[in-house]
Amino acid sequence: MKLVTAVVKPFKLDDVKNALKAIGVVGMTVTEVRGFGRQGGHTETYRGTEYQVDFLPKVKVETIVDDGDAQEVVDAIVSSAKTDKIGDGKVWVTTVDDLVRIRTGESGAEAV
Amino acid sequence: MNTGNVTWVLVSAALVLFMTPGLAFFYGGMVRSRNVLNMLMMNFWSLLVVPLLWAVVGFSLAFSGKGAFIGDLHWSSLTDTINQTDKTSGLPIMLIAVFLCTFAAITPALISGAVADRMKFSAWALFVPLWSLLVYCPVAFWIYGGLFSGELTGWLGARGSLDFAGGTVIHVNAGTAALAAVLVLGRRQGWPKEGHPPHSMPLVMLGTGILWFGWFGFNAGSALGANNTAIQAFTNTFLAASAAGLAWAVVERIKDGHFTNLGIASGIVAGLVAITPGAGYVAGLSPIFIGLIAGCVCAFAVHVKFRFGFDDSLDVVGVHFVGGLVGSLLIGFFADPGALGGNFDKGIFYGGGAGLLFEQLLANAVTIAFSFVATIAILKTLQATIGLRVSEDDESIGLDITQHAETAYNFGEVTMGRG
Repeated sequence: MKLVTAVVKPFKLDDVKNALKAIGVVGMTVTEVRGFGRQGGHTETYRGTEYQVDFLPKVKVETIVDDGDAQEVVDAIVSSAKTDKIGDGKVWVTTVDDLVRIRTGESGAEAV
Repeated sequence: MNTGNVTWVLVSAALVLFMTPGLAFFYGGMVRSRNVLNMLMMNFWSLLVVPLLWAVVGFSLAFSGKGAFIGDLHWSSLTDTINQTDKTSGLPIMLIAVFLCTFAAITPALISGAVADRMKFSAWALFVPLWSLLVYCPVAFWIYGGLFSGELTGWLGARGSLDFAGGTVIHVNAGTAALAAVLVLGRRQGWPKEGHPPHSMPLVMLGTGILWFGWFGFNAGSALGANNTAIQAFTNTFLAASAAGLAWAVVERIKDGHFTNLGIASGIVAGLVAITPGAGYVAGLSPIFIGLIAGCVCAFAVHVKFRFGFDDSLDVVGVHFVGGLVGSLLIGFFADPGALGGNFDKGIFYGGGAGLLFEQLLANAVTIAFSFVATIAILKTLQATIGLRVSEDDESIGLDITQHAETAYNFGEVTMGRG
């Protein structure tokens, strides 16, 4: 089993969700995060005092899939989250040691 | 009993009361979320202790008798004030007392914005009644003493200086005290290198709206009657606020590149402060000029703290001290007894000499000197006894938790349980 994690622009979340559903991914977890890579932030001014906002709002999407499906999931995320502008984010894949469905107790591949 | 007059002043008292919560949110939105409850608390506290003090001795000391420097105890505990009447306005003294109680309550609350994020609440809790009694009451008496006992005997008012609703007594006074307070208290950790943007601009705007709404009671209610002066004061309050908000907004647009909410909110308040001393003394387009001037001057005044290195956290000095002083001095130019049918001196633009301007300068200079020294004395005493500042750790953690064991925002599921 593989954990596919992606950090994408918040307004692309809907596109990513729909693309994943279209290829049969049945579950995902999203968190609101802040971060930056090469994308710069912006400046806000309050009564003449400038504040530099370096950490930009992003959304992290996590989904656990069978080993064989990981590449297809990565591709779906990349194509749905891309805007061709700086700050589009990244996707990565890590290995999951164990997975259990809480309601039924199923584990391993049956829990995906 | 003129029920129209009584009704208006009763309503005005309620409007001005609403200004203290309005101020609480105006300031509260500007601080970090970890300190917002402390800011609200400092303001609401004033509504708890000052009215009690006012009823027992404050009102009497601030207004009663025929002295020149302080009142007597004739009206202490508001004794018999429901039966006594002010000859000029025809209003029962108790009505005037309860109306002015709301002014007494908001004045120390103004100072809270300057000491934000670092003052021990126990010290603030004692500071408010001490300052109200020892600084507010005397200054109020000097400008208004004896006014409702038949003759204005307070020494500054008797000389002819004008302060319709408390520009000097409230805003210059509290603004000066705020400066004194930040000098004694010291800077926040990391200031000025580290800064913290407002945590909730919507709260700031809400507070601004409440302040503007309540200010109609502050200024027009000070006419102590439903009459032409009240109407003029109401109009002046409206126009000065709009003009000042616009002025500050334009200054920021030119200087920093954007029209900001905080800019217009600050401008509106600066305009309201500046028109307060002259609300019943100016007419025509004067409130617009006063607002434009105050908006521009205050927009630049808020940067002075960086030049001189004092951490006036929420610009109480830049807005209330400067705005009040500007408005009070401009009366020396714009006062127009002809338009208002009043018997006060003319301003320079209306054919008067420099006499009124001189009285305005004197009254403000005296207020500033006294307020500064007395506030420092009170704070130094508190500093030596119970201490003024929270610890460095507490300042980092935040005052809501460390001073009040409360958290402002418990959104979401990961906050607290019954344990």
